[in-house]
Amino acid sequence: MSHRFETVDEVRGDLAKVDYLADDAIAGIVYLADRLGKPILIEGPAGTGKTQLAKSVAEMSDSRLIRLQCYEGLDESKALYEWNYKKQLLRIQTESGEDESWTEIQDDIFSDEFLLTRPLLEAIRAEDRVVLLIDEVDRVEIETEALLLEVLSDYQVSIPELGTLEAKQVPLVFLTSNNTRELSEALKRRCLFLHLDYPTMEREKEIVLTKVPDINEHLADQVARIVRSIRSLELKKHPSVSETIDWARTLILLGIEQVDEAVASETINILLKYRSDIEKALKEFKTNSAQVFTPAS
Amino acid sequence: MRDGVIDDLETEKAAVAEASPIFELLNGFVTELRNAGLPVSLSENLDAIEAVRHIPLEDRSAFKAALAATLVKNHTHWRSFETLFEVFFSLRGAEYALDGDSDDPFGDLDPDDQDGPPGAEGQGQGGGGGDGLTPEELAEMLFQAMKNNDQALQRALARQAVKRYAGMEPGRPVGGTYYLYRTLRNLDLDAMLERLMQEAQEDAGGLTPLEERLERDEYETRMDGLRKEIEAEIRRRLVADRGAEAMAKTLRKPLPEDVDFMHASREEMTNLRRAIYPLTRKLAVRLARKRRHGRKGPLDFRNTVRHSLSYGGVPAEPKFKYPRPSKPEIMVIADISGSVAAFARFTLHLVYAISGQFSKVRAFVFIDGLDEVTSYFDGVEDIAEAVHRVNTEADVVWVDGHSDYGHAFEVFWENYGNEINSKTTVLILGDARNNYHASQAWILKEIEHRARKLFWLNPEPKAYWDTGDSIIGEYGSHCDGVFEVRNLRQLERFVDNLV
Repeated sequence: MSHRFETVDEVRGDLAKVDYLADDAIAGIVYLADRLGKPILIEGPAGTGKTQLAKSVAEMSDSRLIRLQCYEGLDESKALYEWNYKKQLLRIQTESGEDESWTEIQDDIFSDEFLLTRPLLEAIRAEDRVVLLIDEVDRVEIETEALLLEVLSDYQVSIPELGTLEAKQVPLVFLTSNNTRELSEALKRRCLFLHLDYPTMEREKEIVLTKVPDINEHLADQVARIVRSIRSLELKKHPSVSETIDWARTLILLGIEQVDEAVASETINILLKYRSDIEKALKEFKTNSAQVFTPAS
Repeated sequence: MRDGVIDDLETEKAAVAEASPIFELLNGFVTELRNAGLPVSLSENLDAIEAVRHIPLEDRSAFKAALAATLVKNHTHWRSFETLFEVFFSLRGAEYALDGDSDDPFGDLDPDDQDGPPGAEGQGQGGGGGDGLTPEELAEMLFQAMKNNDQALQRALARQAVKRYAGMEPGRPVGGTYYLYRTLRNLDLDAMLERLMQEAQEDAGGLTPLEERLERDEYETRMDGLRKEIEAEIRRRLVADRGAEAMAKTLRKPLPEDVDFMHASREEMTNLRRAIYPLTRKLAVRLARKRRHGRKGPLDFRNTVRHSLSYGGVPAEPKFKYPRPSKPEIMVIADISGSVAAFARFTLHLVYAISGQFSKVRAFVFIDGLDEVTSYFDGVEDIAEAVHRVNTEADVVWVDGHSDYGHAFEVFWENYGNEINSKTTVLILGDARNNYHASQAWILKEIEHRARKLFWLNPEPKAYWDTGDSIIGEYGSHCDGVFEVRNLRQLERFVDNLV
């Protein structure tokens, strides 16, 4: 089995070509996942680019992206496969009257033709290279998680009527989780784990520069610094990377070159969505430094 | 799973038959991770070994990332992992090698790219590199390094500072914090921060508050970086002195969910506060799901018939009524005197965060007087803020500000006793250390009579109960349950069962 990537740096470079700025940990884990043939479980706050990573990897490696959006009540007929019973019924009805033995019909209606593939099975059976994204896996019940295990560890699906279908190629699998509940040990054990946190200030600045083409270096730097300061406060919801980008775009649209207090307080509602958070941030930025906390030494 | 793995340690070692030094080291590392409480399974260990085969070993950050990806599956365990990683692998790799005392710590620096620091070059020729610097010169160099964000120089100076100020001696039985304190005291980073800010002010010719704040955050980040360098350097030296295993043992810290409320350090408190928010969210989601998923209801005839229409009148899909259990009313009575204040704070926070699961939540706090604080939480978005107000504003001191459970219960019973009914669950939080006042335990008996349930949560370890002035036994005999709740894990379990 050939590998998708040769070196970690290649991964990073390719990701950068599709406008995804990966740090060492991200590039390293994508490379490892390819080498070890293991899924990646990505966890972290909302809006740090968990889903985007899967999309970008698909784009850069020219693979098809198959996406399974998880939700409460997801079951195997929606995740794995389903028999097309209407078509099966039709088949039985057209044959009735003619003398065909029961076994023949049975063999016939439980064949490939009547199988509806759902995302997981589709990823397994694909001929070309695919990237499988299982989004927000923490939303399914803990019992449903078990559905994923066979696919994730052995890349196969067992269908009672057909037997075991094995993968023609090993798909690159990404699972994302917002950590609303603890995932089962069994699932975690099968995956490589990546905690995707807010980027460092330097990386965020680079991201802003890449995603907002008209921005100049100075403004991007200011944006990244302000966002870092806001994230250091204790807030209900910290600004995500996508909100940072939105904010930068807004500043460009408004033709602002330099962020001062007035601009910040007028546009801060793009970064923060709770009233209490906004008040807190504005208060922080207006206080003079004298009574701002001094770090514990 | 985990126990089985430990039994299999020998087999596991055999699986690592290659026995090259790096794999042996890795094995020791994994054992130490398990000792620190991280659940590392056999297959994860094998994954790690497999992973490092694909990683160039000289690339330290890639090596670390590979180990993290395969061994640490929970972000709250990251800190433990990081510390242990430092301990185990800090002496490996050329750029991290410990400088012998004769070595010149500035050897890897090109003197030409330091334009600021006076004396760096002059002294460099004479007195064996950095050793010859006076303390003032060292401070000045550090100041310049901080100002220009020259990380290589910062690292070198951190080493120099540790060597000079920490006073480390081989075999001396003191912890790393002592050395850290000594080093930082001599560097006086607070004063340096003020100076950096002042220079920034002057350079820019006055800063607006926003700019000033941003500058300060920038410098503080750099200071944190420097502090980490110093810590790492101390750790490196300690490891060199004592060996990795011994170091790992002294550094072993409880995971955030196991930190004792009553003895948490300031840093642990901050971590706890950070841990509580995702915890409450998880708990709320789980409880809401539990409520929706009780499938024991009777058949919903109407609904079944309606759905049968799509099957041609055959009731192929029976529908059930979901039970809607009534939500309990809850009263929290919390001791907020010094020793147990942190515990009360976390419990109040948690209870309010899931207040949607109760029809009504009322909160009372006491030391020797009692005050209702329910209104503090009304329509507040920020629970932490409200909890903070409770601690500062509530009127809870009656005579001397020493816990008096008896009197507090009396006040409660007089004013609010008749509002307890058969739907009310009463929670009492405290260590039941009554300072030898009258217990008034009859009130609890009355409450238990009237309320649906009466629980007592005690943040003290069970072994201390009923010692000294603790009268938990007397109170406890009237409660439906007395629980030891010393850490987040126990608290979460209790609240989970409560609803």
